[in-house]
Amino acid sequence: MTDNPHRTTPVKSWTFDDRTNSEIRRAAATGIYDIRGGGAKRRVPHFDDLLFLGASVSRYPLEGYRETCATDVSLGPRHAANPIKLDIPITIAGMSFGALSGTAKEALGRGATAAGTSTTTGDGGMTEEERGHSDKLVYQYLPSRYGMNPDDLRRADAIEIVVGQGAKPGGGGMLLGQKISDRVAEMRNLPEGIDQRSACRHPDWTGPDDLEIKILELREITGWKVPIYVKVGGARPYFDTTLAVKAGADVVVLDGMQGGTAATQDVFIEHVGQPTLACIRPAVKALQDLGLHRDGVQLVISGGIRSGADVAKAIALGADAVSIGTAALIALGDNDPKWEADYQKLGTTAGAYDDWHEGQDPAGINTQDPELQKRLDPVLGGRRLSNYLKVMTLEAQTIARACGKSHLHNLEPEDLCALTIEAAAMAQVPLAGTDWYPGKAGF
Amino acid sequence: MPTIDLAKDDLRALNQQLQTAARAVAEAQSNETQWRIDNPRGSHAIAVGLDGPIAVTVGGSTGYYCAGMNKEASITVEGSAGPGVAENMMSGTVVIEGDASQYAGATGRGGLLVVKGNAASRCGISMKGIDIVVHGNIGHMSAFMAQSGTLVVCGDAGDALGDSLYEARLFVRGSVKSLGADCVEKEMRPEYLELLADLLERAGADARPEEFRRYGSARQLYTFNIDNASSY
Repeated sequence: MTDNPHRTTPVKSWTFDDRTNSEIRRAAATGIYDIRGGGAKRRVPHFDDLLFLGASVSRYPLEGYRETCATDVSLGPRHAANPIKLDIPITIAGMSFGALSGTAKEALGRGATAAGTSTTTGDGGMTEEERGHSDKLVYQYLPSRYGMNPDDLRRADAIEIVVGQGAKPGGGGMLLGQKISDRVAEMRNLPEGIDQRSACRHPDWTGPDDLEIKILELREITGWKVPIYVKVGGARPYFDTTLAVKAGADVVVLDGMQGGTAATQDVFIEHVGQPTLACIRPAVKALQDLGLHRDGVQLVISGGIRSGADVAKAIALGADAVSIGTAALIALGDNDPKWEADYQKLGTTAGAYDDWHEGQDPAGINTQDPELQKRLDPVLGGRRLSNYLKVMTLEAQTIARACGKSHLHNLEPEDLCALTIEAAAMAQVPLAGTDWYPGKAGF
Repeated sequence: MPTIDLAKDDLRALNQQLQTAARAVAEAQSNETQWRIDNPRGSHAIAVGLDGPIAVTVGGSTGYYCAGMNKEASITVEGSAGPGVAENMMSGTVVIEGDASQYAGATGRGGLLVVKGNAASRCGISMKGIDIVVHGNIGHMSAFMAQSGTLVVCGDAGDALGDSLYEARLFVRGSVKSLGADCVEKEMRPEYLELLADLLERAGADARPEEFRRYGSARQLYTFNIDNASSY
């Protein structure tokens, strides 16, 4: 340090901050882009930027713990003989066996079933643990078709055609060789230990006209019994929703950029796609324009749902249900500080661990290591998930009653205001203290 | 032989009858094994999801996904087939007397697909165990990301054959316009001649195994390496 008392304080670049510089050095040293799990970590406008107004003179509240606030939802009655009927509007998102252990899949099934909701398979097929412990199981039909077979298709309670996901709209995935155990390799029909690419688009259809025929085929194979969902990443929600419905979807699942993935490039996760909050209203508008909102095609929103408040806000903006992935894993024990010593050994800390693709998850969830898997008790994990789902539901009911609603689906945009101009624009609800939001006539 | 006329019956009735018949035969509840479909008129999703050893003859050309996800059934199309014929087939046999459009045999896991004419682009894309024999030529990007199984081409192959191939085996008798990333020509060994002889015979193809060349994965892209970046 200099003794010069007139020297100004050294300034680090805002553009080239410490984190940026460390990433440049890492890329230079390793020659590989950063691959990680999870969703966008950057701050984006989110449900925290909205508030409920609650009842007052102009609205009449319902009595907490006494007056009913229903939470049930039916998904897929448009074409399916057997729509999915859930007690709560919070489902478990698709997560693959391969990324997750069989034990974790069992825990998800147990927890979802106890809470009266559905869980979802993922890239890698359906496991017996998951089918056996899931009362309602949605079977993902993915571009890679890993583990895909018609017997499992017929055992599913619904089919979700995955076009994209919020963490990487337009992108595929990569399961690195460390996690390709014998069982994973067998289910995916690939050699053990090699990197496995998950394709970014389906091998036998392109575009919505083809998708309509693909949906017809799946309905014919399953006898028109089960609902067909179409899952899209948060890219162009108005048009994607419109085209998915035109192709015949019973349910549209819309995943914003905070939605997690097992493994993708960090640059993809942080720089492609739209925040969940920005996706909902355009998708709802698409359904309204088609005359199918709340009465025909259901909208399931995912990507950063954490609490009953988020659930209530998503539904107030027009969603019929929400889906959780990352939050469900945290409920099971992911990133729990009790494993801090192990996180430190991996060069990270509890709350920041996202190298799930490396197969060394200290919580025993995102791994195929038999010893690590023992850290997750599927019965206890299921109980924790069930507790969490029920708490979220109670929270959402509490808010809905305060807004005078006897069903969560009676929540509406008029129950909300926004704390920021950005959130007001995305959610199309008034900025707090005003009757205005960007784009609304009268500005 | 029971005949379903698609000029009179709708697709749902057709598939329901065939699926029920296939299950009944598989469970030894019926011996009605021979079925015929008249007037297919390019309909999509004909004879999909069959799950038992019945034989179905389709008297004309079909649209998308004919014989999709087939298990055990033998399906013959007396015309040409639209995109995705026999997609994700698990077992059984599908024979196309004419040509097949794109994605023939996509992601198939087992069984035998025979195309007696030509197959368009992406034949055998992401195949996972199926055997495909094409009497004529195949289009570009065939066997893209093919994981396992065998693709036999008695004619020529288009651009980028076997791009990003895994462990599928490719045999071409004619020319290959270009090979895709990580696909290379490999030595023809006796066990492959034996494999070819069997497949050619089962497919009714008039060709000798010795006339074919073998292609497979160089396995250079199995694990990410920055020095291979230009291949990705």
